Amino acid sequence: MGNDATLSEKILAAKAGRDRVMPGDYLLLKVDVALANDITAPMAIKEFKKAGGTRVFDPQQIVLVPDHFVPNKDIKSAEQAKMMREFAEEQGITKYFEVGRMGIEHVILPEKGLVKSGDLVVGADSHTCTYGALGAFAAGMGSSDLAGVYLTGKAWFRVPESIKIDILGKFKPYVSGKDLILKLISLLGVNGANYMALEFSGPGIAGISMDGRLTMANMAVEAGAKAGIFPVDEQTAAYEAERHIRVEKTGPDPNATYCKTLSIDLDELNPQVAYPFLPSNGRDIQEAEKDNIRIRQAVIGSCTNGRMEDLREAACILKGNKVHPRVRCIVIPGSQHIFRQALKEGLIETFIDAECAVSTPTCGPCLGGHMGVLARGERAVSTTNRNFVGRMGHMESEVYLSSPAIAAASAICGTICHPDSIRTQGEK
Amino acid sequence: MSIRGKVFRFQDNVNTDEIIPARYLNTSEASELAAFVMEDIRPGFGKREDIKDGIFVAGENFGCGSSREHAPLAIKTAGISCIIARSFARIFLRNAINIGLPIVELKDTSGFDEKDRVEICLEAGTVFNHTKNRGLRFPPYPEFLQEIIDAGGWLKYAQKGK
Repeated sequence: MGNDATLSEKILAAKAGRDRVMPGDYLLLKVDVALANDITAPMAIKEFKKAGGTRVFDPQQIVLVPDHFVPNKDIKSAEQAKMMREFAEEQGITKYFEVGRMGIEHVILPEKGLVKSGDLVVGADSHTCTYGALGAFAAGMGSSDLAGVYLTGKAWFRVPESIKIDILGKFKPYVSGKDLILKLISLLGVNGANYMALEFSGPGIAGISMDGRLTMANMAVEAGAKAGIFPVDEQTAAYEAERHIRVEKTGPDPNATYCKTLSIDLDELNPQVAYPFLPSNGRDIQEAEKDNIRIRQAVIGSCTNGRMEDLREAACILKGNKVHPRVRCIVIPGSQHIFRQALKEGLIETFIDAECAVSTPTCGPCLGGHMGVLARGERAVSTTNRNFVGRMGHMESEVYLSSPAIAAASAICGTICHPDSIRTQGEK
Repeated sequence: MSIRGKVFRFQDNVNTDEIIPARYLNTSEASELAAFVMEDIRPGFGKREDIKDGIFVAGENFGCGSSREHAPLAIKTAGISCIIARSFARIFLRNAINIGLPIVELKDTSGFDEKDRVEICLEAGTVFNHTKNRGLRFPPYPEFLQEIIDAGGWLKYAQKGK
């Protein structure tokens, strides 16, 4: 193996203070950011205390976001959130984001500039890989890993092999990052990238927006990947500049070694729908339309698709239409900032006119927590990231994953459909 | 260390929502979690009397999905003494190592059935299926992971090196 490194190897080598690290190397590294939420933080805090911890290694490293079961759905979840809040107060952790000031963790960390290109980020949440969109090395871990960071500032890493995803061409209308990542997961399989990093590259990525990249990196874990990482280009630099962060353009070395390369042409890509019960069950929307899949609920939001571009896309389709009488459509802006922006742009009014329910930011329905739990036999189309058995509620409910465009169109139609299939309400 | 027990058989891609559904994650109390272990794949499993010292045998990608450490913790607290699978999802693997739940990666797990009596020797890297009278070998853990295991889990290891 030569000296040319993948982007993951470059970041990990820099953090290790070495010229080069190799796949399979185990490293003990100081992390830049350690994130936990209202489900995983309580367990990390307990482990920290059980191990004799009194003061955290560095409060500035730590970010705590209650987002899964807040505003709290029951007494037990309120107790969990309370434990986290009191820990933040006791330890002087300033990057704690309370209800009313918060958002879904993976939406607000990039938005607020709390993670940046080149950072080493760990989070006790599997979708921590989202920050790879910025060219950070970000990986999901468990609560004991987080407790370790609270104690020592460090976590352990195995340098991953990488799969190169070579992206060509340009998205067709109504096709977005969600469709691309669903397609890639269906090609790779749910464990096709287990222990590995996905490195996105090729001329096609210049045309993928930052919101689209965040969606793609977010779902890298659904192929088993440890990280999903984009090179730092003009678009990244512009995004970071808005947050007063200066970054240098960077990417993998030209002759880096990959264990596999997968090429995909965006000109050929159709909107995707991932059938139950695996995110890898992606099929073209045309096939889903033929299957005449009747839905009871449409969810537009989550750490995968709760950003501005997602809401704009959904609103554009919902404008002037009504949600099908049989369907509940739930729209969840990913952060307070996005909520306000959507309000300013008139999107919230569009959603309410279309008879959608609009919620304060929460992970809520994605994991069957609250704000849209499914009953036995109910079926939903959702812009979230998992469609496992019972994911959104009853064991005998079903989740079909899609982009915001498909979810919005399906909410109007009552069956899963392409936005082109939408007619005005009167004609139906 | 020799681990003996009765097999509970699972297939590929057992995910963390099946191991411990999110509706039970409003607590991090291990005993409460254990009562609902595998609830969405085998309802009522966590409340059965006969799961103590059980051994899970599964296919590929065991523990995929969420990072919730509640999943291996629920399995461990329910009394399951080891998980054998063709492969483990990355975060589940590190969580299991970190909390000291023994896991074994075996290339082929097809020769195990529900209720088989199995014996595992972690040091020797062997699995013996007494019911089928068949032995299999597995490679040792990488050195770094073995050190974490020997230290008694990640936090004990981390504090030693502080």
